[in-house]
Amino acid sequence: MLKSRVIPCLLLQDEGLVKTVKFANQKYVGDPINAIRIFNDKEVDELIVLDISASKDGRDPNYGLIEKFSSECFMPLCYGGGIRSVQQARQLFALGVEKVCLQTAALEDPSIITHIADSFGSQSVVISVDIKKNLLGNYKLYRSLDGKNIEQPWLQFLQNMVKAGAGEVIVNSVDLDGTMKGMDLALIREAASAITVPLIAVGGIGSLPDMKAAINAGASAVSAGSFFVFQGPHRAVLITYPDYRELENILGKK
Amino acid sequence: MKYNSPVIVVDSGMGNLASVANMIRKIGGEAKISSSPDEIRQAHKLILPGVGSFDAGINALKERSLDTAVKAAVKENGCMLLGICLGMQLLFETSEEGNQSGLGLIKGHVRYFQLNDEKLRVPHMGWNIVKPKRSSNLFDLEDEHRFYFVHSYHVNCMNAKDVSATTHHGYDFVSAAQSGNVMGVQFHPEKSHRFGMALFKRFYDLLPC
Repeated sequence: MLKSRVIPCLLLQDEGLVKTVKFANQKYVGDPINAIRIFNDKEVDELIVLDISASKDGRDPNYGLIEKFSSECFMPLCYGGGIRSVQQARQLFALGVEKVCLQTAALEDPSIITHIADSFGSQSVVISVDIKKNLLGNYKLYRSLDGKNIEQPWLQFLQNMVKAGAGEVIVNSVDLDGTMKGMDLALIREAASAITVPLIAVGGIGSLPDMKAAINAGASAVSAGSFFVFQGPHRAVLITYPDYRELENILGKK
Repeated sequence: MKYNSPVIVVDSGMGNLASVANMIRKIGGEAKISSSPDEIRQAHKLILPGVGSFDAGINALKERSLDTAVKAAVKENGCMLLGICLGMQLLFETSEEGNQSGLGLIKGHVRYFQLNDEKLRVPHMGWNIVKPKRSSNLFDLEDEHRFYFVHSYHVNCMNAKDVSATTHHGYDFVSAAQSGNVMGVQFHPEKSHRFGMALFKRFYDLLPC
């Protein structure tokens, strides 16, 4: 039976790892290569690394650093941040990255998804969607580039991205980011029932039961940042990852 | 006796070659990425990786005259060949995904997942258990076999004896096959931690036949 994936998501800023709360209040977490080495030793299912300043600064992915990451990763590595062209994607795949993750460029022009999928297959393209509730409590598509909600209906955008060729969808709840208060299960249910490709749910994981709830709500995989890098009420930095048997016991049962 | 010539990773311009070479080096082996038909023809050990669609994969090999080079290495040189993911599917005769013929080194056909349970998604993506039929060149029955998969098609072997392992996704499908010196795995050993390392180590230590 296919095991539900549990994926640490690491945020990169200026070559260091940070963790946010509700997409703000970055806290420095440590050296990325060291962290990746530890996650590799812990045999994580997969790893997502997002450079949260690349698109904002209008710069390319940091290829030198990414090459170092991939040489430490003996599991699938998904990279996002600053990707605007097929050529950049090609360069990342050549360095050993398994999947590229897009948001900013795809919001501007969905055809980038199609171009990458045509050249490298859908399984290599992931669309990352951030969702934030507006004042009325309705889900809105959120653009992390400038921190604004977008009017386009989010479910329609998700479906368009899958149609365009995205092989996987990351749905992140901005309101729950970094809170470790549990996931937005209604959001996960809506997203999962709208698409046929695997859904990676992000935002709010604080415990193993939170993960299980997300899987039961339809997510194929769950991803978290704080849960894997912080320990205790004072959020001391300590990298952890549950043992395989523990995950299998909890996530394997409905 | 261990046979330690470098593994040649076939570069047809498709696929994540760096990861394969990285892991071979991690287990202390020597790996060389090559797109030279001459070099590939003379290899004792070849890995054929690949991502993308069946026709694109076979065309990429043909454009570089690598299809004939790989076949020559296997048939004339006793080369041990390991196909990974699409590289495994290309070892077979035909695929539902395309119109082109594959390399035809193992008898059988590649088909799309036929699933009735809507909770099961295609592509089959993530970690799953591989159940070897017997101890073979790539598997020791005693070991644990957990591997990372990402694919929408899988092979059906014409000859049951060519099936070396199966995996369950809706039903048991062929996740590894072998016919003589030609082997294929549907999963990605290069992305499967120590489980992949163990498999590569076994492949690396094989003697050419």
